[in-house]
Amino acid sequence: MSITVVLFWFLTALALLSAIMVLLSKNPVHSVLWLIVVFFAISGHYILLNAQFLAIVNLIVYAGAIMVLFLFVIMLMNLNAETEPQKNTWLKLAGAISGGSLLLILVSVIRSATDMTGRTAQVGEGNIGLISNLGKALFSEYVVPFEISSVLFLSAMVGAVVIGKKD
Amino acid sequence: MPIQYYIGLAATLFCIGITGVLIRRNAIIIFMCIELMLNAVNLLLVAFSKMHYATAFIRNANTTAGSDAQLFVFFIMVVAAAEVSVGLAIIVMMYRNTHSVDVNYLNRLKN
Amino acid sequence: MNLIYLVPLFPLLGFLINGLFRKSLSKSLIGIIGSGAILASFIVSIILFNDVRTNGSMIVSYFNLLDIEAFKIPFAFQIDQLSVIFLLIITGIGFLIHVYSTAYMNDETNEHFGRYFSYLNLFVFSMLLLVMGANYVIMFIGWEGVGLCSYLLIGFWFKNNTYNYAAKKAFVMNRIGDLGFLLAVFWILAKLGTVNYGEVFASTVKFSASDITGITLLLFVGACGKSAQIPLYTWLPDAMAGPTPVSALIHAATMVTAGIYMIARSNVLYTMAPFTQTVVAIIGLATALFAATIALKQNDIKKVLAYSTVSQLGYMFLGLGAGAYTGAVFHVMTHAFFKALLFLGAGSVIHAMHHEQDIRNMGGLKKHLPITHISFLLACLAISGVPPFSGFFSKDEILAAAYLKNPIFYYLGAIGALMTAFYMFRLYALTFLGKFRGTEEQHHHLHESPSAMTIPLIVLAILSVVGGFIGIPEIFAPDAHMLEKFLHPIFAQSDSIKELHHLDRSTEWMMMGGVSVLIIVVIIIAWRKYSRTEQFVASHGIARTLENKWYVDELYDNVIVRPVTGLGSVLKNVVEKAGIDGAVNGVGRFVHYSSRQLRLLQSGQVGNYILFMVLSIVVLFLVFWNQPQIAHFLEKIF
Repeated sequence: MSITVVLFWFLTALALLSAIMVLLSKNPVHSVLWLIVVFFAISGHYILLNAQFLAIVNLIVYAGAIMVLFLFVIMLMNLNAETEPQKNTWLKLAGAISGGSLLLILVSVIRSATDMTGRTAQVGEGNIGLISNLGKALFSEYVVPFEISSVLFLSAMVGAVVIGKKD
Repeated sequence: MPIQYYIGLAATLFCIGITGVLIRRNAIIIFMCIELMLNAVNLLLVAFSKMHYATAFIRNANTTAGSDAQLFVFFIMVVAAAEVSVGLAIIVMMYRNTHSVDVNYLNRLKN
Repeated sequence: MNLIYLVPLFPLLGFLINGLFRKSLSKSLIGIIGSGAILASFIVSIILFNDVRTNGSMIVSYFNLLDIEAFKIPFAFQIDQLSVIFLLIITGIGFLIHVYSTAYMNDETNEHFGRYFSYLNLFVFSMLLLVMGANYVIMFIGWEGVGLCSYLLIGFWFKNNTYNYAAKKAFVMNRIGDLGFLLAVFWILAKLGTVNYGEVFASTVKFSASDITGITLLLFVGACGKSAQIPLYTWLPDAMAGPTPVSALIHAATMVTAGIYMIARSNVLYTMAPFTQTVVAIIGLATALFAATIALKQNDIKKVLAYSTVSQLGYMFLGLGAGAYTGAVFHVMTHAFFKALLFLGAGSVIHAMHHEQDIRNMGGLKKHLPITHISFLLACLAISGVPPFSGFFSKDEILAAAYLKNPIFYYLGAIGALMTAFYMFRLYALTFLGKFRGTEEQHHHLHESPSAMTIPLIVLAILSVVGGFIGIPEIFAPDAHMLEKFLHPIFAQSDSIKELHHLDRSTEWMMMGGVSVLIIVVIIIAWRKYSRTEQFVASHGIARTLENKWYVDELYDNVIVRPVTGLGSVLKNVVEKAGIDGAVNGVGRFVHYSSRQLRLLQSGQVGNYILFMVLSIVVLFLVFWNQPQIAHFLEKIF
């Protein structure tokens, strides 16, 4: 077993376990922390796939900025395990069952999809995910969406301020 | 790695996210689960991008096939960041009005 | 001849002018237009009559009512010996009655006066169509037209609800008959593909025996409705609700004889169907006797005449059933004269008595209404069959034919004739003889009618007296029966089918003499009995039954009307309300209820919505993933 395969399975298990822990944690703060672990695991996957730019952006934007925002909000509201609202058991069960059946269906669909069998994702090599390649594409073909996304940020910022300010 | 492993991983993460949305009442946790689902999709996109690149590379060593998918992931992150900023603002606003983050209080749609 | 279309055109124009401009025209102008149209028709009819006498029959086709491949129904008029006789009766008597009406209806307002004359002209128009049509469809159009006019005129005074009921009754009863007629026409059409008289009678070989019997019976049902035979006769007495000239024109002289015209027209078919002939004869005789018994005890002057009309129509059907088509048409003609006269006379009396119709309140009118009195007496003599008045000849011809068919028919018919004589003279004596029994005020106002009313009476009285001489039987003078000779082409085909019998001269003399003597005796009895009547006691027993018309109306009410209305109310209350409404409301209530239940799904909880969304995605995946299997499965099921 090569080191990549070991890493792949380790990161997969880490991501899934942490994701489940996000759901199961009673305390929202723990949930946030587990989610950060998930993001780290996914970033690890990106590195395995040699998508270095995305791996680092994922860490900075998600694990860094967004999750800190979440933590801030949770702490601002002083949420903890005691204040956590609980659904009744039957609804939880129904939700779990429907989610599980969706997974079941998806997995069986994937297994039966013939044009996906025998295809592999390139791991550990290939320079497509390097920042120089992506930067060229981003500032040539995708320059207009890139600029628009900055406008989107501006409007999101304005929106957040408008919503958040005391009326 | 076989692409199906990545698809299976992404699907599982996605379904965990959905289950989280279904079984939790805390708006912030639900929001986090949505982020989880977005990340599952991102992972899948990157995996596919690498799959296409590998196929195209055999024919042309200078190919840029697959860079589109990775840029999509980048844009998804951009949108997610914007969404989170607005979404959290809404949740704060809601908490200010109801002193709770329980989504069951948000049943105005009924009327 | 190109004049033919003018005959119905004049009344149609009169109808349109009077109908459209009834508010702006003056009464005298309306009267002139109305009567003038009929007079013009009458003159054209006389020209046509002469034409037919010299040149024989003619058929003029104008256009096709229906033109489908090999199947054509032309709008054509047939002028032959039979129709021209009816034309003369309709337009001639129609003209007299129009003239009479100008005076009789003078109390009406301008608008109603115009309406009356337009209806009357429309009636004449329809009747002419009925008679002149060269096929059964045109006859049916006219048939329906006269039914409509009859309805309109019976209900002319529509503010009185009883009159409206009478009009409805007449219409509905006629509809029953019309259905029979219509079915017969369809039957003929289905078998032969044509309804033209000439073609139908020329191809009777194509009919099977049951076809002929069926068609003739159905036609007879139609005739029963229109000509008021048992069991559809009860509308005619009620039809007396209309103005008296209407009763004279429609319900005595013309429309009610449409049935006789139809059967005489279809004589070939009837001669080929002996069973139907027997049915016709029996129904006719039964009606004649039945109506005569009712007429014996009626106290309303018009009701007596109405039942008398029903009875006389019964005689005509007896004649038709016995194969005496000429006799039946002859009786139609003489009956038109004297019954129109009787009705107009009755109208004159009613006019003088200020709309009093009960003969118990009359009496002694002889002095006050001399012209009416004389004409009425002549008409009574004519209808009773006293020689040599017109009724004698025609009735005698029918009775002789009935004797040939079956002697029992003859004896019963003769009894009916005696009853006719009795009730007519009871009516005459109670009205004109004895002392006046009305109120002082009525007595004070008694007056003879204006000349517009008396002149038609005089003309009709002359016709009633001499009308019979066109049909003098063989035993008085050989070859003197002008009508028979004239009508011979119409009935020639029938005559060739049936074997001809002739009565012994001595038998015929005996019958004629015996009946005439008996009639005169009955007249004298009635005259003596009723000219002295001062007091009227309530009748009981059989007389009471007769006075109540054998309770036939009540019987119909209980046997037909009540069950039908009962069924109607059951359908309305049970089937309609519980069944249909229940189903309709049930659907509504189900949708309402289920939507109330479904509405609970809309909890407003975002989580629930997402749950359903996820479930739907699962289902969609299942469906699309397993599409071939599902398609296969569905194929198996359906």
